[in-house]
Amino acid sequence: MGFTLVVIIRWQLAYPGSPVPYIGSLFGTANAPGGIVLPEFYNQLGAMHGTIMVFLGVVPLAVGAFGNYLIPLQIGAPDMAFPRLNLASYWFYLAGGTVMLASFFVPGGAANNGWTSYPPLSDLAPGTGQTWWLVGMAFLINSSLLGALNFITTVVQLRAPGMTWFRLPFFVWAQFITAFLLLLAFPPLEGAAILQGMDRLAGTSFFLPSGLAVSGRPLGVAGGGSALLWQHLFWFLAHPEVYVLILPAMGIVAEIVTNNTRKPLWGYRVMVYSLFALGFLSFIVWAHHMFLTGMGTAVSAFFQTTTMIVSIPSVVILSSLILSLHGGSIRFTTPMLFALAFIPMFGIGGLTGLPLGLATTDIPLHDTAYVVGHFHYLVAPGTIFALFAGIYHWFPRLTGRMMNDTLGRIHFAGSLVCMNVIFMPMFVQGLAGVNRRLWDGGAEYAHAQGVLSLNVPMSIAAFALAFFQLFFIVNLFASLKAGRQAAANPWSATTLEWQAATSSLRVYRNPYEYSVPGASADFLPQHLPADA
Amino acid sequence: MHVLPYTTEVRADTGLTSPKLGIWLFLASEVMLFGSLFSSYALLRTGAASWPDQSAVLSVPLATLNTIILISSSVTMVLAWTALAPGPQAQNPARFKLYMGLTLLLGAAFLAVKAIEYGDKFAHGLFPATNTFLALYFTMTGVHAVHVLVGMAVNAYLLVSGARMWRTEPERFANRVEIAGIYWHFVDVVWVFLFPVLYLL
Repeated sequence: MGFTLVVIIRWQLAYPGSPVPYIGSLFGTANAPGGIVLPEFYNQLGAMHGTIMVFLGVVPLAVGAFGNYLIPLQIGAPDMAFPRLNLASYWFYLAGGTVMLASFFVPGGAANNGWTSYPPLSDLAPGTGQTWWLVGMAFLINSSLLGALNFITTVVQLRAPGMTWFRLPFFVWAQFITAFLLLLAFPPLEGAAILQGMDRLAGTSFFLPSGLAVSGRPLGVAGGGSALLWQHLFWFLAHPEVYVLILPAMGIVAEIVTNNTRKPLWGYRVMVYSLFALGFLSFIVWAHHMFLTGMGTAVSAFFQTTTMIVSIPSVVILSSLILSLHGGSIRFTTPMLFALAFIPMFGIGGLTGLPLGLATTDIPLHDTAYVVGHFHYLVAPGTIFALFAGIYHWFPRLTGRMMNDTLGRIHFAGSLVCMNVIFMPMFVQGLAGVNRRLWDGGAEYAHAQGVLSLNVPMSIAAFALAFFQLFFIVNLFASLKAGRQAAANPWSATTLEWQAATSSLRVYRNPYEYSVPGASADFLPQHLPADA
Repeated sequence: MHVLPYTTEVRADTGLTSPKLGIWLFLASEVMLFGSLFSSYALLRTGAASWPDQSAVLSVPLATLNTIILISSSVTMVLAWTALAPGPQAQNPARFKLYMGLTLLLGAAFLAVKAIEYGDKFAHGLFPATNTFLALYFTMTGVHAVHVLVGMAVNAYLLVSGARMWRTEPERFANRVEIAGIYWHFVDVVWVFLFPVLYLL
């Protein structure tokens, strides 16, 4: 769904003013007369693409699906600690998702203020789309709150006997820290959503300063509010949110890397400590999104310092993953290919973030296509590749069947090439000064003319990317029906989710005992007693 | 019925039951929610050109009465729980019903006083849209009132249909009352902060 929206966006950027083929007539004359996307509709597409991808796509999949399924299995728990809350969390999610998607059909359409919903624009936006966005967000926040406290309680209380903290698989650690971020970072956005809701419905001015004029006429509100307050509350959520997107991905990649190199994870403890550092520091970097708001050099200096510090644990984790490859006998399975690609792709995303974390270089780059390229490298070939890796890896555990390797490799190669063709030129466009969120891709600006032609190959790559996902979808459903029967532990893994469930499970070992010198087998599962 | 481990018994190495850990995590998140509202209050007030005399706009006597009501309700909540708490002393479901009923009544009294206050403001033409202080007042006390309402719903559930569980699983039921109590005390504590910030400062 989120991807469909962006495909329409890319059509518009490559061929502004041309009708969208085939599906253009479906949008209705209010949005796209003759199939041509209007600017207002373009803004809806942009805002909802971000919202859907982040809050309805990646978070529920990375945390809700993978976390819910794997945490109890990996720690040897009978179930999640609060099964009813888990169900409630799902219903909240469904309600939130339904409200979000249904808002396209209300008069005036869906929210069109960007996924960040900055006031005063979002306070004053006509129609009810923005209000529905707030309602949808409130449901989604409650959903992740219930999920998060369930995860933490499960990990603390329901570990199998012998599963000490440092015997937890890295994936569980990543989910555990992520749950704390969800638990503590999301409520301030709920508070902010309540305030914005009051602004829109009760006529308050939390985010509307005094003396605000719209279209040359003074606005009839009391004023006295602060638009910056929203930005603080929003980014206090949204920066930890970035780590909510990335930590589970790191967890998945670490599991797959150690399993396919047949080696213990290099620096397991340091990686866990890095997770703690990331979790804590992610709460004190939020204002690096706000260098252009005139908050003063002292505050900017503080936030650019913390931003530089927060990159250290990420580098530690990434370096540990690379060092884990050293000397391993690597199996290039489909999940491993995705996991391997994650490392450099995430590296590109991370390194291009440094200039954005420093106030001086952020000022020319802020709100350009460069930023779009930066965070897409983190979440698209980064997190989403990790999610694909996870699906290929754990599919046999879930269904008892293997996914097709050939289709998987075509999916991988096609996606890797297309992703880079889409996102790499964004850095070029951004450095040339092209702003993001432009309806015509910058065609009306002189400074954009030199890099405008890049939009066509980028968009073609996006359509090709959609095409290559067909291999994945076909693979998923065909393997479900007719995939090769999988062995009980097809990847010869050590962690508990692959071991036959017994009612009296006991853990005797560290998570990744691969290639132990002198051991009789290549791998020693965690539940194997020491003398076996 | 299938019950997960550590629902009522303490896990030795963590020293916790799962519901107790769950409710404290939930309250941590609630602290962040109210924290965002209190921070918004601080930021908007420090940035404001002028601020009304809060105690002149709002009714301090009514709020004092409400503070007494809510703190008393926390006391009756504790008494309701001790009537059922496991231990050497005798458990007494009748006493639980009495004190839980009182807690509910006090909660309703708190909301009634709040409604009188709101009505009085509206009668004087003071609405959330009037100025930033009133916007904060209505939003913060409104969010708190919703929390009171949720707490009352939980307490009413325990009072009405809880008796059945007391006959089958007394320990688990006492546990539920304790958890509901922790939440109720939290709602009480939030008011203890709201009262000086909105009425007295």
